[in-house]
Amino acid sequence: MGREVSESCVESLVAEIVSSYCRGFYADKPELAAPRIEAIGFQVGHQLSERYTMDRPRFTDHLEAIKFICKDFWSELFKKQIDNLKTNHRGTFVLQDNRFRWLAHMSVDPSVETTGSIQDPSAMAENRAAQATGLHLYFPCGIIRGALSNLGIPCAVSADISNLPACSFVVRIKA
Amino acid sequence: MAPVAPKSGDAIFASVDRVNAELFTLTYGAIVRQLLTDLEEVDEVNKQLDQMGYNIGVRLVDEFLAKSNVNRCVDFRETAEVIAKVGFKMFLGVTASVTNWDAEGTTCSIILEDNPLVDFVELPDTCQGLYYCNILSGVIRGALEMFLFPSPSGVNENRSHVAA
Repeated sequence: MGREVSESCVESLVAEIVSSYCRGFYADKPELAAPRIEAIGFQVGHQLSERYTMDRPRFTDHLEAIKFICKDFWSELFKKQIDNLKTNHRGTFVLQDNRFRWLAHMSVDPSVETTGSIQDPSAMAENRAAQATGLHLYFPCGIIRGALSNLGIPCAVSADISNLPACSFVVRIKA
Repeated sequence: MAPVAPKSGDAIFASVDRVNAELFTLTYGAIVRQLLTDLEEVDEVNKQLDQMGYNIGVRLVDEFLAKSNVNRCVDFRETAEVIAKVGFKMFLGVTASVTNWDAEGTTCSIILEDNPLVDFVELPDTCQGLYYCNILSGVIRGALEMFLFPSPSGVNENRSHVAA
């Protein structure tokens, strides 16, 4: 087992950068904050996947790469594997984690989507909390996208939390 | 009832949920990189890291108090030791040392020989003046303020060590 730090370090860091973007730089502009959070995740995923595949031969196809994400990669990050993998065999994969660690410590509004939502001024405060949750999810989405990008697989990744405490990551591979 | 003894940093670290330090190191690196892109000025990034650290420190103190059972510290000297030996250990898994006390006992250096934040990190020349670990300065400052030690002169980070 390599070096470890307490989980609260990572959670605090991510929570703080999301909060800085929500309150500060891009208050009420989730469309500007989201790509930045996702970019941070992308960088992390890209570098981690580089490290974790150093001694391996290249993956033969997309499914093998996705399975790597579901098993070895997810285990390194969350000490468990993805619980359920579905695909339509046409470039879309759904990775379901039945108990996503990073959601466990946040109060979550199930109606949040990572695609953002129209802002109704009267619901701004409540929406800010929902926004923060949504923005948090851009981080793991970015990690997955970054990891796959390093494996030569460009894709788009979004999160679906309509089925809490499970979190599903939808990966759409770009042709 | 016998008072509960304070736990050692090692014992607390062993009992908390832990994660792969690489995830932490890389996440921090990516955050600094993104801040440099967004804010452009190294001084702005230093300030932002300090502010983020402060916000984190204020919250981490709760977890620290809940898990460590430390007794009330008598003075700043004791507080600094507790931060170095228990605080850093339970979160970062490493201990720091406290040196360089001034005559009044109001200034010291907390030295981290082994710092997970900087594993494999190299700063390019374009980042002169960047206090890469400035978030730690902010964390200590935030934590100290919760213990009613306002540090108006601030916590300064200089390369690999922190002077409080």
